[in-house]
Amino acid sequence: MDIIMTVTGIDHEGIIAAVATKLSEFKVNIRDVSQTLMGEYFTMIMHCSFDETQLNLIDLQEAFVPVEHSQKVEIRIQSEAIFKAMHAI
Amino acid sequence: MHTLDNHVLETIHMIEHEKLDIRTVTMGISLLDCAHPDPAIACQNIYDKITRSAAQLVPVCENIEAELGIPIVNKRIAVTPISLVLAASEGADPVDFARALDRAAKEVGVNFVGGYSALVDKGITPADEALMLSIPRALAETDVVCSSVNIGSSRAGINMSAVKTMGEVIRATADATAETHGFGCAKLVVFANAASDNPFMAGAFHGVQEGDVTISVGVSGPGVVHRALQAVRGASFDECAEAIKKAAFKITRVGQLVGSLAAERLGVPFNIIDLSLAPTAEIGDSVAHILEEMGLETVGTHGTVAALALLNDAVKKGGLMACSNVGGLSGSFIPISEDIGMIESAAAGHITLDKLEAMTAICSVGLDMVAVPGDTSAPTLAAMIADEAAIGVMNHKTTAVRVIPAVGLDVGDMVEFGGLLGRAPVMPVHTPSSEAFIARCGRIPSPVHGFRN
Repeated sequence: MDIIMTVTGIDHEGIIAAVATKLSEFKVNIRDVSQTLMGEYFTMIMHCSFDETQLNLIDLQEAFVPVEHSQKVEIRIQSEAIFKAMHAI
Repeated sequence: MHTLDNHVLETIHMIEHEKLDIRTVTMGISLLDCAHPDPAIACQNIYDKITRSAAQLVPVCENIEAELGIPIVNKRIAVTPISLVLAASEGADPVDFARALDRAAKEVGVNFVGGYSALVDKGITPADEALMLSIPRALAETDVVCSSVNIGSSRAGINMSAVKTMGEVIRATADATAETHGFGCAKLVVFANAASDNPFMAGAFHGVQEGDVTISVGVSGPGVVHRALQAVRGASFDECAEAIKKAAFKITRVGQLVGSLAAERLGVPFNIIDLSLAPTAEIGDSVAHILEEMGLETVGTHGTVAALALLNDAVKKGGLMACSNVGGLSGSFIPISEDIGMIESAAAGHITLDKLEAMTAICSVGLDMVAVPGDTSAPTLAAMIADEAAIGVMNHKTTAVRVIPAVGLDVGDMVEFGGLLGRAPVMPVHTPSSEAFIARCGRIPSPVHGFRN
């Protein structure tokens, strides 16, 4: 399954490390990353994929709740399907 | 950042800041196979079929919400007009059928079930009559059952006997729920040219031409359209129409995705998408504010009908290409109580019933969630229905009346319904009598252009 993960919050060191470590724990592959700073605001969009037979998207979302708290960022994990549906004909 | 990233951020912005959501995923269920001479068995059949067919509706929708990150605000059920099922059970109390619907809907966790309905645009069967007369009791004694009655069509004309009856039924429904200022009437719609695949409440039912079990979707998104128009402030109407079409396309694509996922996972056919822009009483989710963004100081002033015509048409044009099958009402909703801009304009006296009538000539659905003085008479209510039906029947479009005589309240008061139903200022009605007009009964013949063969 292809997913889009967006991470936003006040910038500090270790956000990418924390996110990537958790993804790796769940055997989620990172296919593309785009990250920028808007002032002191950290914004990252990750395109990832994982094996649907091994992992459920909702379980992955739950696993990232502690990362949100520890890193003080907002993390959304959504199926790529919604973005494709809306923006590609 | 890449184009894809901008698309990701745009979508997230729509959901989080512009209140983009899927207003409803509605499962249509045919109850024709539930009819039985013994009403107790018929009611059990109804309960069993609904709880069996819709057992997974809410969990499947919740899963899609989480997966796509978009709220699906309502999960609902529409059933075959109950008068058709009731007809097989001689001597039955129709309210028993309403109770069966109520129990089944609560069991599967949906927030409304529609279809306590009769289709009487031409004639009235004994079962239709029994059902119509039972509506006040049914709505007072159940929580989530919605009722609708179709009293006219472009093909058959307007059944004025049914119109008279429905004026009395609305009056009695208000009185039966007097302690909540006539709240029962919020669950009752009187239609002309009713749509048999409408997923929105309170007027949803599952027409006889529909399949056994289907999924339909109602989209929303006034906030997204509003933002699109803000980006072309001061530009020509051509540019306004283009901006609305593009926004409607994106909104509808999400509806198409959600509907096809839900249908696939529930193992039933995907029926239609209803392209209606459905507002809520929250700020940033108002159809009235879209019209004001076009340059009207307040909705209801001169120019409102033209602005609404452009909006309604552009939403349809944008949405049509984005989905496989369009159906239902598919037009902008202009309820009073469920739209913050409409509430404010009506409270200030800028929106009147007469202006609303004009607006309903070019959009869906009609006089919707309008509160009128608590002592409004049955013939006046019937005459309001007749006027709306005339607009619908003569123009080959759906019109409806969902009007609430706010018992105990008068012009200037505000009636609170709560939740998505919002709140409505009590609006003045014309006081001269329509009683002799309504007392005639019979039919207003169908228009000459009703015969297209």
